[in-house]
Amino acid sequence: MNKPKATEVKMINIKIDDREISVPEGTTVMEAAEKIGIQIPRLCYHPDLSLQGSCRVCIVEVKGFDFYMTSCSTKVWEGMEIKTNSPEIRQARRDIVELILDNHPQDCQTCERDGNCELQNLSYSLGVRERLFSGERKHFPEDTRSKSVVRVPEKCILCGRCVRVCAEVQGVYNLSQHGRGFYTQVMPAHGSAMDESVCIQCGQCIMVCPVAAFIEQSHTERVWNALADSKKHVVIQTAPSIRAAIGEGFGMEPGTPATGKMVTALRLLGFDAIFDTNFGADLTIVEEATEFLKRIQKKERLPLLTSCSPGWVNFLEKFYPEMIPYASTCRSPMSMTSVLLKTYYAEKMKKDPKDIFVVAVMPCVAKKFEADRDEHKMPEGIPYTDAVLTTRELIWMIKCYGIDLKDLPDSDFDNPLGESSGAADIFGTTGGVMEAALRMACEVLTGLPPEKMEFTDVRAVEGLRETEVKFGNYKINVAVSNGLTNAKTILNRIISGEKQYHIVEIMACPGGCIGGGGQPYPPEGYHFLDPELLAKRAQALYKIDSNKKIRSSNHNPSIQQIYKEFLGAPGSERAHQLLHTHYHPRLPRGIR
Amino acid sequence: MCAHHNIQQTTDNWKEVEEFAKKALPGQIIEFIEECKKEANPESKLIKILQLVQEHYGFLGKTQMDAVAQLLQVPMAKVSGVATFYHFFRLVPRGKYLIRVCLGTACYVKGAERVVDKLKEELGIQFGETTKDGLFSLEGTRCLGCCGLAPVVEINEEIFGQVTPDKIPAILEQYSEKETEAQ
Repeated sequence: MNKPKATEVKMINIKIDDREISVPEGTTVMEAAEKIGIQIPRLCYHPDLSLQGSCRVCIVEVKGFDFYMTSCSTKVWEGMEIKTNSPEIRQARRDIVELILDNHPQDCQTCERDGNCELQNLSYSLGVRERLFSGERKHFPEDTRSKSVVRVPEKCILCGRCVRVCAEVQGVYNLSQHGRGFYTQVMPAHGSAMDESVCIQCGQCIMVCPVAAFIEQSHTERVWNALADSKKHVVIQTAPSIRAAIGEGFGMEPGTPATGKMVTALRLLGFDAIFDTNFGADLTIVEEATEFLKRIQKKERLPLLTSCSPGWVNFLEKFYPEMIPYASTCRSPMSMTSVLLKTYYAEKMKKDPKDIFVVAVMPCVAKKFEADRDEHKMPEGIPYTDAVLTTRELIWMIKCYGIDLKDLPDSDFDNPLGESSGAADIFGTTGGVMEAALRMACEVLTGLPPEKMEFTDVRAVEGLRETEVKFGNYKINVAVSNGLTNAKTILNRIISGEKQYHIVEIMACPGGCIGGGGQPYPPEGYHFLDPELLAKRAQALYKIDSNKKIRSSNHNPSIQQIYKEFLGAPGSERAHQLLHTHYHPRLPRGIR
Repeated sequence: MCAHHNIQQTTDNWKEVEEFAKKALPGQIIEFIEECKKEANPESKLIKILQLVQEHYGFLGKTQMDAVAQLLQVPMAKVSGVATFYHFFRLVPRGKYLIRVCLGTACYVKGAERVVDKLKEELGIQFGETTKDGLFSLEGTRCLGCCGLAPVVEINEEIFGQVTPDKIPAILEQYSEKETEAQ
């Protein structure tokens, strides 16, 4: 091995369960144990978040000490001898989990997380088989007012992961522990409702929660009712990233594209027509690229900030309102598709838009809020999108119906809003919107399609990427970010004048939509924010893209047709009226 | 901002937010916050600032806490999280007269609980609450250090010793009368 010799790292020799191991200085006991294949049970710990050490589940015995130490926050020292699984330790862990259970509703059978609850799994694996304690249990009211995120404080076990993800990954800091002792509650400032707080509704708190203290506002009942209503023409659209993750809900290997099976399942559920949000994504690119080129030519309102991610739009309005004029005015792919379903499609089918019920399947809970915004309602006040299902909700509906998606044959989306280019598929991952925009921008600016369709430099696996793209005489500075802490970095660079970008893609959730707050909880062997899981889901989308004949949005024949038949030219007055929107500052203003 | 491109109409609301925040706090506290911001880690002064606000208003209102958050640039949830953690901070306005009943061992043994019950009955409030007329607040407290006088009730700075339930109406009357006279 010819590795460059970095600064000498001191190795520490320790013993874990009588096995000798040597680890670099600074390693924690938990990390050291993992190296020899022991996963110490844990609850409040998360590898990508700061340490809290509050749940005490990960305790271990250390020789010479008469108290137990938390393995997540204890660093190794020379000669340390650790026992991770002595009878005393197992008993202590059981007691800790039993005490947590004692102050937790005993309603597993009727809980949203039944079957994929970390607390449930933990009590099983630790051998909690009886309830020895019984005492007072906390009672707090639910907060169900938000359009997207429901807070159920009674279920909360105070691990604090949501507080940390909201502050550290999203930079929002909407949540904090309030009160003390038995009365401690995680909530927004002053205990106000989530929809009156600085919450941007990204739903990462739902993803990181080990129990069901945060869940999405469910729309499944709305959808069942619409499906049962013979007067309703119920149509559904599915976002790009759903096909990359839905299979996980049925035991398929993460990263397995399941487009065709998903469409078949939706047909079996009884939807009258099944369309692809990808169509809206292609349309978004055509409109957004047109908007971008106009701004480039006029040298005004640069950089253009993408606006497909509703969590990011909420963040913009609450945290960076002065940047609103830079955001693309394009509606999101979901809203564009819904608008066309209640205008173009309704006309074509000779149906009253009021009789069309539009369901959108999204990887996202903020889309539920977006669908409810006044800007996305018809003049009569009817929303263009009637219901938004998360990937999780759709998986549940399919299972509820008794269908196993894994065994289904493939089928195709319906037309006219079912055809899409590969550029639309990659919308579901960080960097994808940028790549899709660049494919079209290159052609418009130089008259020639890009030599290579893959713009791998904008694939922002690490959360933040900056690069320069050259098309002929044009040099375009681009930046891509996911996770709003990274967005803050980029926005602050723009505001300070440190960087001058031309176009910036921002997605609220880590990894983009594939890591959205509405995606399936990580399957066994993976964890929340797991880069491996996110990479697999992204790979599924890149694979679908590379297998498509048409890979640039402007070459999608259905898109060309809808402009000819209905919208006029890209950026036309009619296109603006139907496909564009506006944003406004919202209070309370977030601290950035 | 974005010096290289002009924007005609501003969507920035910072000035309004700042103005609103400044209206919620007295000048000397705003100055203190501005001083804190010149130093490293201004957020470490959060508790000190909240103490000043409480000293001034007698409690921490939502508007005041949000104003501190905006001016100090500390997340609002953090401010209210800190304020609800410490018993020292009050979130509701305090009455003109704060009645504190000693619940230390000696007072307790000598019947403090019965005194508390009588006070609650007379005032129609629980611990931590304030009467509707804004006159009295009721709290329990730990040993006040004058066990010889047990049971002890402290009203603002004044100490009442060997209090029994039947003495309560007369004690409260003194303060109510003081108020009517003042009016």
